[in-house]
Amino acid sequence: MENRIFEVENVSFAYEEAEEKAVQGVSLSVPEGAFYAVLGQNGSGKSTLAKLLNGLYLPTEGKVHVCGLDTADDQNIWEIRKQAGMVFQNPDNQIVATLVEDDVAFGLENIGVPTAQMPERIEKALSDVDMLPFRDRAPHTLSGGQKQRIAIAGILAMEPRAIIFDEATAMLDPQGRKEVFAAVEKLNREKGITVLWITHFMEEAARCQYVYIMEDGRIAMEGTPAEVFSVPEKVQALRLDVPAAARLAHRLRQAGMPLKEGLLHPEETAEEVARVCRLNSKA
Amino acid sequence: MLRDMTLGQYYPVKSPVHSLDPRVKILLLIAAIVAVFMAGNMLAFLPAAVYIFFACRLSNVPFNMLLKGIKPLRFIIIFTVVLNIFFLPGEKVWLDLGFAKITQEAVMTAILYALRLVLLVMFSSLLTLTTAPVTLTDGLERLLSPLSKIGFPAHEMAMMMTIALRFIPTLLEEADKIMKAQSARGADFESGNLMARAKAMVPLLVPLFVSAFRRAGDLAMAMEARCYHGGKGRTRLHVLKMHKNDWLAILSMAVLIACVILIGRL
Repeated sequence: MENRIFEVENVSFAYEEAEEKAVQGVSLSVPEGAFYAVLGQNGSGKSTLAKLLNGLYLPTEGKVHVCGLDTADDQNIWEIRKQAGMVFQNPDNQIVATLVEDDVAFGLENIGVPTAQMPERIEKALSDVDMLPFRDRAPHTLSGGQKQRIAIAGILAMEPRAIIFDEATAMLDPQGRKEVFAAVEKLNREKGITVLWITHFMEEAARCQYVYIMEDGRIAMEGTPAEVFSVPEKVQALRLDVPAAARLAHRLRQAGMPLKEGLLHPEETAEEVARVCRLNSKA
Repeated sequence: MLRDMTLGQYYPVKSPVHSLDPRVKILLLIAAIVAVFMAGNMLAFLPAAVYIFFACRLSNVPFNMLLKGIKPLRFIIIFTVVLNIFFLPGEKVWLDLGFAKITQEAVMTAILYALRLVLLVMFSSLLTLTTAPVTLTDGLERLLSPLSKIGFPAHEMAMMMTIALRFIPTLLEEADKIMKAQSARGADFESGNLMARAKAMVPLLVPLFVSAFRRAGDLAMAMEARCYHGGKGRTRLHVLKMHKNDWLAILSMAVLIACVILIGRL
Protein backbone atom coordinates (compact mmCIF):
# COMPACT_ATOMS: atom_id res chain seq x y z
CA MET A 1 0.00 0.00 0.00
CA GLU A 2 1.86 3.10 -1.16
CA ASN A 3 1.21 6.28 0.77
CA ARG A 4 -2.50 6.34 1.41
CA ILE A 5 -3.58 9.35 3.42
CA PHE A 6 -7.15 8.26 3.99
CA GLU A 7 -8.12 4.61 3.96
CA VAL A 8 -11.77 3.96 4.75
CA GLU A 9 -12.89 0.34 4.86
CA ASN A 10 -16.55 -0.55 4.85
CA VAL A 11 -17.45 2.12 7.39
CA SER A 12 -20.90 2.70 8.83
CA PHE A 13 -21.97 5.31 11.31
CA ALA A 14 -25.24 6.07 13.05
CA TYR A 15 -26.00 9.06 15.25
CA GLU A 16 -27.06 8.04 18.72
CA GLU A 17 -30.68 9.07 18.51
CA ALA A 18 -31.15 8.15 14.85
CA GLU A 19 -32.54 4.87 13.58
CA GLU A 20 -31.04 5.07 10.14
CA LYS A 21 -27.34 5.07 9.54
CA ALA A 22 -25.92 8.34 8.26
CA VAL A 23 -23.08 6.50 6.55
CA GLN A 24 -23.41 2.91 5.34
CA GLY A 25 -20.65 0.63 4.16
CA VAL A 26 -18.47 3.34 2.67
CA SER A 27 -15.01 2.50 1.40
CA LEU A 28 -12.65 4.98 -0.11
CA SER A 29 -8.97 5.59 -0.42
CA VAL A 30 -7.07 8.80 -1.04
CA PRO A 31 -3.39 8.69 -2.05
CA GLU A 32 -0.86 11.26 -0.85
CA GLY A 33 -0.77 14.47 -2.85
CA ALA A 34 -4.16 13.87 -4.49
CA PHE A 35 -7.08 16.26 -4.90
CA TYR A 36 -10.25 14.21 -4.45
CA ALA A 37 -13.86 15.29 -4.16
CA VAL A 38 -16.86 13.91 -2.34
CA LEU A 39 -20.05 15.10 -3.93
CA GLY A 40 -23.57 14.79 -2.62
CA GLN A 41 -26.87 16.44 -1.79
CA ASN A 42 -27.68 17.77 1.67
CA GLY A 43 -28.26 14.81 3.96
CA SER A 44 -26.32 12.40 1.76
CA GLY A 45 -23.90 11.74 4.63
CA LYS A 46 -20.93 13.58 3.18
CA SER A 47 -20.39 15.82 6.22
CA THR A 48 -20.66 12.85 8.54
CA LEU A 49 -18.06 11.10 6.42
CA ALA A 50 -15.78 14.14 6.78
CA LYS A 51 -16.02 14.00 10.55
CA LEU A 52 -15.20 10.30 10.51
CA LEU A 53 -11.97 11.11 8.71
CA ASN A 54 -10.23 12.84 11.60
CA GLY A 55 -11.74 11.12 14.57
CA LEU A 56 -14.40 13.72 15.41
CA TYR A 57 -16.77 10.77 15.04
CA LEU A 58 -15.75 7.14 15.40
CA PRO A 59 -17.21 4.54 13.03
CA THR A 60 -19.81 2.16 14.48
CA GLU A 61 -18.59 -0.45 11.99
CA GLY A 62 -15.49 -0.67 9.85
CA LYS A 63 -12.14 1.06 10.08
CA VAL A 64 -10.76 4.48 9.22
CA HIS A 65 -7.01 4.89 8.85
CA VAL A 66 -5.38 8.30 8.48
CA CYS A 67 -1.72 8.22 7.47
CA GLY A 68 -1.74 4.61 8.61
CA LEU A 69 -3.16 5.46 12.06
CA ASP A 70 -6.43 3.97 13.25
CA THR A 71 -8.90 6.70 14.34
CA ALA A 72 -10.48 4.31 16.85
CA ASP A 73 -7.28 4.25 18.89
CA ASP A 74 -7.37 7.02 21.50
CA GLN A 75 -3.64 7.49 21.46
CA ASN A 76 -3.60 8.39 17.78
CA ILE A 77 -6.24 11.05 17.88
CA TRP A 78 -4.08 14.18 18.24
CA GLU A 79 -1.52 12.95 15.73
CA ILE A 80 -4.33 12.26 13.25
CA ARG A 81 -5.82 15.72 13.68
CA LYS A 82 -2.38 17.24 13.27
CA GLN A 83 -1.84 15.32 10.02
CA ALA A 84 -5.31 15.87 8.62
CA GLY A 85 -6.70 19.33 9.30
CA MET A 86 -10.28 20.27 8.63
CA VAL A 87 -11.95 23.42 7.33
CA PHE A 88 -15.65 23.74 8.09
CA GLN A 89 -18.57 25.31 6.34
CA ASN A 90 -19.33 28.38 8.44
CA PRO A 91 -16.41 30.80 8.41
CA ASP A 92 -17.62 32.55 11.57
CA ASN A 93 -17.87 29.45 13.70
CA GLN A 94 -14.32 28.22 13.40
CA ILE A 95 -12.32 31.30 14.29
CA VAL A 96 -11.43 31.34 17.96
CA ALA A 97 -9.34 34.44 18.55
CA THR A 98 -10.02 38.14 18.21
CA LEU A 99 -7.02 38.74 15.94
CA VAL A 100 -6.10 36.95 12.72
CA GLU A 101 -2.58 36.26 13.91
CA ASP A 102 -3.75 34.87 17.25
CA ASP A 103 -6.20 32.60 15.50
CA VAL A 104 -3.54 31.12 13.25
CA ALA A 105 -1.49 30.56 16.41
CA PHE A 106 -4.34 28.67 18.11
CA GLY A 107 -3.51 25.27 16.61
CA LEU A 108 0.21 25.79 17.18
CA GLU A 109 -0.42 26.57 20.83
CA ASN A 110 -2.53 23.43 21.14
CA ILE A 111 0.14 21.13 19.78
CA GLY A 112 2.80 22.75 21.92
CA VAL A 113 4.98 24.42 19.29
CA PRO A 114 7.70 26.47 21.04
CA THR A 115 6.95 30.20 21.13
CA ALA A 116 10.16 31.06 19.26
CA GLN A 117 9.04 29.10 16.18
CA MET A 118 5.53 30.49 16.05
CA PRO A 119 5.94 33.87 14.30
CA GLU A 120 7.77 32.30 11.38
CA ARG A 121 5.21 29.53 10.91
CA ILE A 122 2.32 31.98 11.19
CA GLU A 123 3.88 34.30 8.62
CA LYS A 124 4.47 31.45 6.23
CA ALA A 125 0.98 30.05 6.58
CA LEU A 126 -0.61 33.47 6.08
CA SER A 127 1.47 34.25 3.02
CA ASP A 128 0.63 30.83 1.54
CA VAL A 129 -3.01 31.92 1.41
CA ASP A 130 -2.14 35.55 0.53
CA MET A 131 -3.48 36.90 3.81
CA LEU A 132 -0.29 38.24 5.36
CA PRO A 133 -1.35 41.92 5.16
CA PHE A 134 -4.36 41.08 7.33
CA ARG A 135 -2.46 39.63 10.27
CA ASP A 136 -3.46 42.41 12.69
CA ARG A 137 -7.11 42.57 11.68
CA ALA A 138 -10.11 41.44 13.68
CA PRO A 139 -11.84 38.46 12.01
CA HIS A 140 -15.27 40.11 11.90
CA THR A 141 -13.92 42.86 9.62
CA LEU A 142 -13.02 40.33 6.90
CA SER A 143 -15.11 38.92 4.05
CA GLY A 144 -16.29 35.30 4.06
CA GLY A 145 -13.63 34.20 1.59
CA GLN A 146 -10.93 35.90 3.63
CA LYS A 147 -12.16 34.26 6.82
CA GLN A 148 -12.04 30.84 5.17
CA ARG A 149 -8.49 31.55 4.03
CA ILE A 150 -7.60 32.43 7.63
CA ALA A 151 -9.10 29.13 8.72
CA ILE A 152 -6.94 27.39 6.11
CA ALA A 153 -3.86 29.27 7.34
CA GLY A 154 -4.62 28.15 10.89
CA ILE A 155 -4.41 24.58 9.70
CA LEU A 156 -1.45 25.10 7.36
CA ALA A 157 0.61 26.45 10.24
CA MET A 158 0.31 23.04 11.88
CA GLU A 159 2.01 21.58 8.78
CA PRO A 160 -0.50 18.85 7.99
CA ARG A 161 -0.20 16.31 5.18
CA ALA A 162 -3.86 16.58 4.26
CA ILE A 163 -6.78 18.97 4.64
CA ILE A 164 -10.44 18.00 4.57
CA PHE A 165 -12.74 20.74 3.34
CA ASP A 166 -16.26 20.16 4.60
CA GLU A 167 -18.31 22.35 2.23
CA ALA A 168 -15.87 25.14 2.86
CA THR A 169 -17.33 27.30 0.09
CA ALA A 170 -21.03 26.63 0.65
CA MET A 171 -21.66 29.87 2.54
CA LEU A 172 -19.54 32.12 0.36
CA ASP A 173 -20.47 34.39 -2.52
CA PRO A 174 -19.17 33.42 -5.99
CA GLN A 175 -16.11 35.66 -5.60
CA GLY A 176 -15.18 34.17 -2.22
CA ARG A 177 -15.79 30.68 -3.57
CA LYS A 178 -13.40 31.27 -6.44
CA GLU A 179 -10.69 32.75 -4.25
CA VAL A 180 -10.84 29.92 -1.69
CA PHE A 181 -10.83 27.19 -4.32
CA ALA A 182 -7.91 28.80 -6.11
CA ALA A 183 -5.96 29.01 -2.84
CA VAL A 184 -6.58 25.32 -2.18
CA GLU A 185 -5.56 24.30 -5.70
CA LYS A 186 -2.33 26.20 -5.23
CA LEU A 187 -1.60 24.45 -1.93
CA ASN A 188 -2.18 21.08 -3.53
CA ARG A 189 -0.05 21.91 -6.55
CA GLU A 190 2.84 23.67 -4.85
CA LYS A 191 3.03 22.09 -1.43
CA GLY A 192 1.71 18.64 -2.29
CA ILE A 193 -0.95 18.79 0.40
CA THR A 194 -3.57 16.10 -0.04
CA VAL A 195 -7.04 17.58 -0.41
CA LEU A 196 -10.39 15.98 0.17
CA TRP A 197 -12.93 18.46 -1.13
CA ILE A 198 -16.47 17.85 0.09
CA THR A 199 -19.03 19.86 -1.81
CA HIS A 200 -22.33 20.01 -3.62
CA PHE A 201 -21.02 22.30 -6.36
CA MET A 202 -20.48 20.36 -9.59
CA GLU A 203 -18.11 22.91 -11.09
CA GLU A 204 -15.72 22.43 -8.18
CA ALA A 205 -15.95 18.64 -8.24
CA ALA A 206 -15.24 18.72 -11.97
CA ARG A 207 -11.84 20.24 -11.26
CA CYS A 208 -10.74 17.51 -8.86
CA GLN A 209 -8.87 14.37 -9.87
CA TYR A 210 -11.37 11.82 -8.65
CA VAL A 211 -14.97 12.07 -7.47
CA TYR A 212 -17.02 10.03 -5.04
CA ILE A 213 -20.74 10.70 -5.28
CA MET A 214 -22.73 10.00 -2.13
CA GLU A 215 -26.42 9.27 -1.85
CA ASP A 216 -28.26 8.13 1.30
CA GLY A 217 -25.04 7.42 3.15
CA ARG A 218 -23.57 5.22 0.42
CA ILE A 219 -21.14 5.84 -2.36
CA ALA A 220 -23.37 5.72 -5.42
CA MET A 221 -20.77 6.47 -8.08
CA GLU A 222 -17.06 7.06 -8.31
CA GLY A 223 -14.50 7.84 -10.95
CA THR A 224 -12.62 10.68 -12.58
CA PRO A 225 -14.84 13.69 -13.30
CA ALA A 226 -14.70 12.86 -17.01
CA GLU A 227 -15.98 9.34 -16.35
CA VAL A 228 -18.64 10.37 -13.87
CA PHE A 229 -20.08 13.29 -15.79
CA SER A 230 -20.06 11.48 -19.13
CA VAL A 231 -23.26 9.74 -18.04
CA PRO A 232 -25.47 12.73 -17.13
CA GLU A 233 -28.61 10.58 -16.78
CA LYS A 234 -27.07 8.59 -13.97
CA VAL A 235 -25.76 11.65 -12.15
CA GLN A 236 -29.09 13.42 -12.53
CA ALA A 237 -30.85 10.37 -11.12
CA LEU A 238 -28.88 11.07 -7.93
CA ARG A 239 -30.51 14.51 -7.86
CA LEU A 240 -27.26 16.20 -8.79
CA ASP A 241 -26.50 18.56 -11.64
CA VAL A 242 -23.93 17.83 -14.26
CA PRO A 243 -21.66 20.82 -15.00
CA ALA A 244 -23.31 22.90 -17.72
CA ALA A 245 -20.42 22.40 -20.17
CA ALA A 246 -20.51 18.61 -19.77
CA ARG A 247 -24.29 18.63 -20.22
CA LEU A 248 -24.00 20.68 -23.40
CA ALA A 249 -21.27 18.40 -24.78
CA HIS A 250 -23.43 15.39 -24.04
CA ARG A 251 -26.43 16.89 -25.84
CA LEU A 252 -24.31 17.88 -28.84
CA ARG A 253 -22.88 14.38 -29.01
CA GLN A 254 -26.39 12.91 -28.91
CA ALA A 255 -27.35 15.26 -31.73
CA GLY A 256 -24.56 13.74 -33.78
CA MET A 257 -21.62 16.10 -33.26
CA PRO A 258 -18.43 14.04 -32.94
CA LEU A 259 -17.02 15.72 -29.81
CA LYS A 260 -14.32 13.96 -27.82
CA GLU A 261 -15.19 12.42 -24.44
CA GLY A 262 -14.43 13.93 -21.05
CA LEU A 263 -15.37 17.56 -21.64
CA LEU A 264 -16.08 19.34 -18.35
CA HIS A 265 -15.07 22.99 -18.46
CA PRO A 266 -16.55 25.78 -20.59
CA GLU A 267 -13.22 26.74 -22.20
CA GLU A 268 -12.23 23.27 -23.39
CA THR A 269 -15.75 22.55 -24.59
CA ALA A 270 -15.78 25.78 -26.61
CA GLU A 271 -12.42 24.88 -28.14
CA GLU A 272 -13.57 21.37 -28.99
CA VAL A 273 -16.78 22.64 -30.60
CA ALA A 274 -14.74 25.16 -32.60
CA ARG A 275 -12.34 22.42 -33.70
CA VAL A 276 -15.15 20.15 -34.87
CA CYS A 277 -16.83 23.05 -36.69
CA ARG A 278 -13.58 23.89 -38.51
CA LEU A 279 -13.21 20.25 -39.55
CA ASN A 280 -16.80 20.22 -40.84
CA SER A 281 -16.42 23.43 -42.82
CA LYS A 282 -13.22 22.10 -44.46
CA ALA A 283 -14.92 18.83 -45.38
CA MET B 1 -28.41 50.71 15.85
CA LEU B 2 -26.73 47.71 17.44
CA ARG B 3 -23.65 48.32 15.35
CA ASP B 4 -22.76 51.45 17.28
CA MET B 5 -22.19 49.64 20.54
CA THR B 6 -18.55 49.89 21.53
CA LEU B 7 -16.69 46.84 22.66
CA GLY B 8 -15.58 47.45 26.22
CA GLN B 9 -13.99 50.86 26.63
CA TYR B 10 -10.48 50.23 25.42
CA TYR B 11 -8.88 53.43 24.15
CA PRO B 12 -6.43 52.30 21.46
CA VAL B 13 -3.41 54.62 21.49
CA LYS B 14 0.23 53.89 22.09
CA SER B 15 1.67 54.80 25.46
CA PRO B 16 3.96 53.47 28.16
CA VAL B 17 0.88 52.66 30.25
CA HIS B 18 -0.73 50.69 27.42
CA SER B 19 2.36 48.58 26.95
CA LEU B 20 2.72 47.61 30.59
CA ASP B 21 2.41 43.92 31.39
CA PRO B 22 -1.31 43.25 32.05
CA ARG B 23 -0.44 41.23 35.15
CA VAL B 24 1.35 44.24 36.58
CA LYS B 25 -1.56 46.51 35.76
CA ILE B 26 -4.07 44.21 37.46
CA LEU B 27 -1.91 43.92 40.58
CA LEU B 28 -1.33 47.69 40.62
CA LEU B 29 -5.08 48.23 40.48
CA ILE B 30 -5.52 45.99 43.51
CA ALA B 31 -2.74 47.86 45.30
CA ALA B 32 -4.35 51.20 44.41
CA ILE B 33 -7.70 50.01 45.77
CA VAL B 34 -6.00 49.03 49.03
CA ALA B 35 -4.26 52.41 49.15
CA VAL B 36 -7.51 54.29 48.61
CA PHE B 37 -9.16 52.31 51.39
CA MET B 38 -6.26 52.93 53.73
CA ALA B 39 -6.53 56.68 53.30
CA GLY B 40 -8.02 57.77 56.61
CA ASN B 41 -8.30 61.53 56.11
CA MET B 42 -9.00 63.93 53.29
CA LEU B 43 -5.36 64.88 52.81
CA ALA B 44 -4.33 61.26 52.25
CA PHE B 45 -6.36 61.21 49.01
CA LEU B 46 -4.14 63.88 47.55
CA PRO B 47 -1.24 61.59 46.55
CA ALA B 48 -3.74 59.11 45.02
CA ALA B 49 -5.37 61.92 43.02
CA VAL B 50 -1.99 63.19 41.86
CA TYR B 51 -0.99 59.65 40.92
CA ILE B 52 -4.08 58.99 38.83
CA PHE B 53 -3.72 62.38 37.15
CA PHE B 54 -0.14 61.72 36.07
CA ALA B 55 -0.85 58.12 35.13
CA CYS B 56 -3.63 59.39 32.91
CA ARG B 57 -1.34 61.99 31.33
CA LEU B 58 1.24 59.28 30.65
CA SER B 59 -1.34 57.00 29.05
CA ASN B 60 -2.45 59.56 26.41
CA VAL B 61 -6.05 58.91 27.40
CA PRO B 62 -8.03 62.17 27.65
CA PHE B 63 -8.78 62.91 31.28
CA ASN B 64 -12.51 63.30 30.69
CA MET B 65 -12.60 59.69 29.45
CA LEU B 66 -11.70 58.77 33.03
CA LEU B 67 -14.38 61.08 34.38
CA LYS B 68 -16.93 59.51 32.04
CA GLY B 69 -16.48 56.26 33.93
CA ILE B 70 -17.94 57.92 37.00
CA LYS B 71 -21.17 58.87 35.27
CA PRO B 72 -22.92 55.46 35.43
CA LEU B 73 -22.08 55.30 39.14
CA ARG B 74 -23.36 58.76 40.02
CA PHE B 75 -26.52 57.42 41.67
CA ILE B 76 -24.60 55.05 43.91
CA ILE B 77 -22.26 57.86 44.90
CA ILE B 78 -25.11 60.29 45.62
CA PHE B 79 -26.94 57.56 47.52
CA THR B 80 -23.97 56.83 49.83
CA VAL B 81 -23.36 60.52 50.39
CA VAL B 82 -26.99 61.18 51.33
CA LEU B 83 -27.20 58.16 53.60
CA ASN B 84 -23.99 59.09 55.37
CA ILE B 85 -24.95 62.72 55.84
CA PHE B 86 -28.32 61.95 57.38
CA PHE B 87 -27.70 58.87 59.39
CA LEU B 88 -24.19 59.01 60.81
CA PRO B 89 -24.05 60.10 64.44
CA GLY B 90 -21.75 62.95 65.47
CA GLU B 91 -21.05 65.68 68.01
CA LYS B 92 -21.12 69.01 66.19
CA VAL B 93 -24.66 69.44 64.97
CA TRP B 94 -24.96 71.70 61.93
CA LEU B 95 -28.64 71.26 61.27
CA ASP B 96 -31.38 69.57 63.23
CA LEU B 97 -34.23 68.34 61.04
CA GLY B 98 -36.07 66.56 63.82
CA PHE B 99 -35.99 63.09 62.25
CA ALA B 100 -32.26 63.31 61.59
CA LYS B 101 -29.33 65.48 62.54
CA ILE B 102 -26.67 66.63 60.10
CA THR B 103 -23.35 66.73 61.89
CA GLN B 104 -19.90 67.87 60.86
CA GLU B 105 -18.48 64.36 61.30
CA ALA B 106 -21.17 62.88 59.07
CA VAL B 107 -20.50 65.38 56.30
CA MET B 108 -16.78 64.74 56.46
CA THR B 109 -17.27 60.97 56.31
CA ALA B 110 -19.69 61.33 53.41
CA ILE B 111 -17.16 63.35 51.42
CA LEU B 112 -14.49 60.79 52.28
CA TYR B 113 -16.64 57.97 50.96
CA ALA B 114 -17.54 59.85 47.81
CA LEU B 115 -13.88 60.62 47.08
CA ARG B 116 -12.99 57.01 47.73
CA LEU B 117 -15.59 55.77 45.24
CA VAL B 118 -14.58 58.32 42.61
CA LEU B 119 -10.93 57.34 42.90
CA LEU B 120 -11.75 53.63 42.77
CA VAL B 121 -13.71 54.10 39.58
CA MET B 122 -10.97 56.21 38.05
CA PHE B 123 -8.26 53.66 38.82
CA SER B 124 -10.25 50.79 37.39
CA SER B 125 -11.25 52.84 34.34
CA LEU B 126 -7.60 53.55 33.68
CA LEU B 127 -6.97 49.80 33.59
CA THR B 128 -9.80 49.04 31.17
CA LEU B 129 -9.08 52.10 29.02
CA THR B 130 -5.44 51.17 28.52
CA THR B 131 -5.71 47.37 28.27
CA ALA B 132 -7.41 45.51 25.42
CA PRO B 133 -9.97 43.00 26.73
CA VAL B 134 -8.05 40.03 25.35
CA THR B 135 -4.81 41.22 26.95
CA LEU B 136 -6.66 41.67 30.20
CA THR B 137 -7.98 38.11 29.97
CA ASP B 138 -4.48 36.90 29.23
CA GLY B 139 -3.11 38.67 32.30
CA LEU B 140 -5.88 37.32 34.50
CA GLU B 141 -5.22 33.79 33.30
CA ARG B 142 -1.53 34.07 34.06
CA LEU B 143 -2.21 35.55 37.50
CA LEU B 144 -4.74 32.88 38.38
CA SER B 145 -2.82 29.96 36.91
CA PRO B 146 -1.15 29.01 40.22
CA LEU B 147 -4.67 28.36 41.50
CA SER B 148 -5.19 25.70 38.83
CA LYS B 149 -3.12 23.38 41.05
CA ILE B 150 -6.01 23.34 43.50
CA GLY B 151 -8.53 22.79 40.72
CA PHE B 152 -9.41 26.36 39.77
CA PRO B 153 -10.14 26.41 36.00
CA ALA B 154 -7.98 29.45 35.17
CA HIS B 155 -7.29 28.50 31.56
CA GLU B 156 -10.87 27.48 30.86
CA MET B 157 -12.20 30.75 32.25
CA ALA B 158 -9.82 32.79 30.17
CA MET B 159 -10.68 30.77 27.06
CA MET B 160 -14.38 31.34 27.68
CA MET B 161 -13.86 35.07 28.06
CA THR B 162 -11.78 35.25 24.88
CA ILE B 163 -14.43 33.37 22.90
CA ALA B 164 -17.15 35.59 24.34
CA LEU B 165 -15.21 38.66 23.24
CA ARG B 166 -14.61 37.16 19.82
CA PHE B 167 -18.31 36.43 19.30
CA ILE B 168 -19.77 39.73 20.52
CA PRO B 169 -19.45 41.43 17.11
CA THR B 170 -20.69 38.30 15.32
CA LEU B 171 -23.78 38.02 17.50
CA LEU B 172 -24.46 41.77 17.30
CA GLU B 173 -24.41 41.52 13.53
CA GLU B 174 -26.75 38.58 13.69
CA ALA B 175 -29.12 40.32 16.12
CA ASP B 176 -29.21 43.25 13.72
CA LYS B 177 -30.07 40.94 10.84
CA ILE B 178 -32.83 39.17 12.79
CA MET B 179 -34.24 42.51 13.92
CA LYS B 180 -34.43 43.72 10.34
CA ALA B 181 -36.01 40.46 9.22
CA GLN B 182 -38.63 40.69 11.97
CA SER B 183 -39.26 44.39 11.29
CA ALA B 184 -39.78 43.57 7.62
CA ARG B 185 -42.55 41.25 8.74
CA GLY B 186 -44.17 43.91 10.88
CA ALA B 187 -42.52 43.46 14.26
CA ASP B 188 -42.28 46.67 16.25
CA PHE B 189 -39.26 47.05 18.52
CA GLU B 190 -39.39 50.76 19.19
CA SER B 191 -42.79 51.83 20.42
CA GLY B 192 -44.91 50.96 23.42
CA ASN B 193 -44.12 50.95 27.10
CA LEU B 194 -41.35 49.00 28.77
CA MET B 195 -43.41 45.80 29.01
CA ALA B 196 -44.43 45.94 25.35
CA ARG B 197 -40.85 46.51 24.28
CA ALA B 198 -39.54 43.69 26.45
CA LYS B 199 -42.16 41.42 24.89
CA ALA B 200 -41.11 42.52 21.42
CA MET B 201 -37.59 41.27 22.18
CA VAL B 202 -38.77 37.65 22.44
CA PRO B 203 -38.88 37.04 18.68
CA LEU B 204 -35.38 38.48 18.54
CA LEU B 205 -33.89 36.56 21.44
CA VAL B 206 -35.23 33.11 20.61
CA PRO B 207 -33.59 32.80 17.18
CA LEU B 208 -30.46 34.48 18.53
CA PHE B 209 -30.15 31.89 21.29
CA VAL B 210 -30.82 28.99 18.96
CA SER B 211 -28.13 30.20 16.62
CA ALA B 212 -25.71 30.87 19.49
CA PHE B 213 -26.05 27.25 20.58
CA ARG B 214 -25.47 26.03 17.05
CA ARG B 215 -22.40 28.23 16.80
CA ALA B 216 -21.13 26.85 20.10
CA GLY B 217 -21.46 23.30 18.80
CA ASP B 218 -19.68 24.14 15.56
CA LEU B 219 -16.92 26.01 17.33
CA ALA B 220 -16.33 23.17 19.79
CA MET B 221 -15.92 20.80 16.87
CA ALA B 222 -13.59 23.16 15.01
CA MET B 223 -11.48 23.60 18.14
CA GLU B 224 -11.21 19.86 18.64
CA ALA B 225 -10.26 19.41 15.00
CA ARG B 226 -7.41 21.83 15.68
CA CYS B 227 -6.14 19.66 18.52
CA TYR B 228 -7.54 21.73 21.38
CA HIS B 229 -7.47 19.67 24.54
CA GLY B 230 -7.50 22.14 27.38
CA GLY B 231 -4.66 24.10 28.91
CA LYS B 232 -2.32 21.17 29.46
CA GLY B 233 0.82 21.18 27.35
CA ARG B 234 -0.19 24.38 25.60
CA THR B 235 2.41 26.88 24.48
CA ARG B 236 1.80 30.57 23.88
CA LEU B 237 2.28 32.97 21.01
CA HIS B 238 2.43 35.92 23.38
CA VAL B 239 4.71 35.44 26.32
CA LEU B 240 4.43 38.04 29.04
CA LYS B 241 7.75 39.47 30.12
CA MET B 242 8.50 42.12 32.70
CA HIS B 243 10.28 45.18 31.33
CA LYS B 244 11.92 48.17 32.96
CA ASN B 245 8.68 50.15 32.79
CA ASP B 246 6.84 47.43 34.70
CA TRP B 247 9.29 47.66 37.57
CA LEU B 248 9.07 51.47 37.50
CA ALA B 249 5.29 51.25 37.70
CA ILE B 250 5.51 48.93 40.67
CA LEU B 251 7.97 51.30 42.34
CA SER B 252 5.68 54.27 41.78
CA MET B 253 2.81 52.38 43.37
CA ALA B 254 4.97 51.55 46.39
CA VAL B 255 5.74 55.24 46.75
CA LEU B 256 2.04 56.06 46.54
CA ILE B 257 1.16 53.58 49.26
CA ALA B 258 3.96 54.91 51.49
CA CYS B 259 2.68 58.48 51.00
CA VAL B 260 -0.88 57.49 51.83
CA ILE B 261 0.23 55.74 55.02
CA LEU B 262 2.48 58.60 56.07
CA ILE B 263 -0.11 61.30 55.49
CA GLY B 264 -2.75 59.18 57.21
CA ARG B 265 -0.58 59.17 60.35
CA LEU B 266 -0.29 62.96 60.51
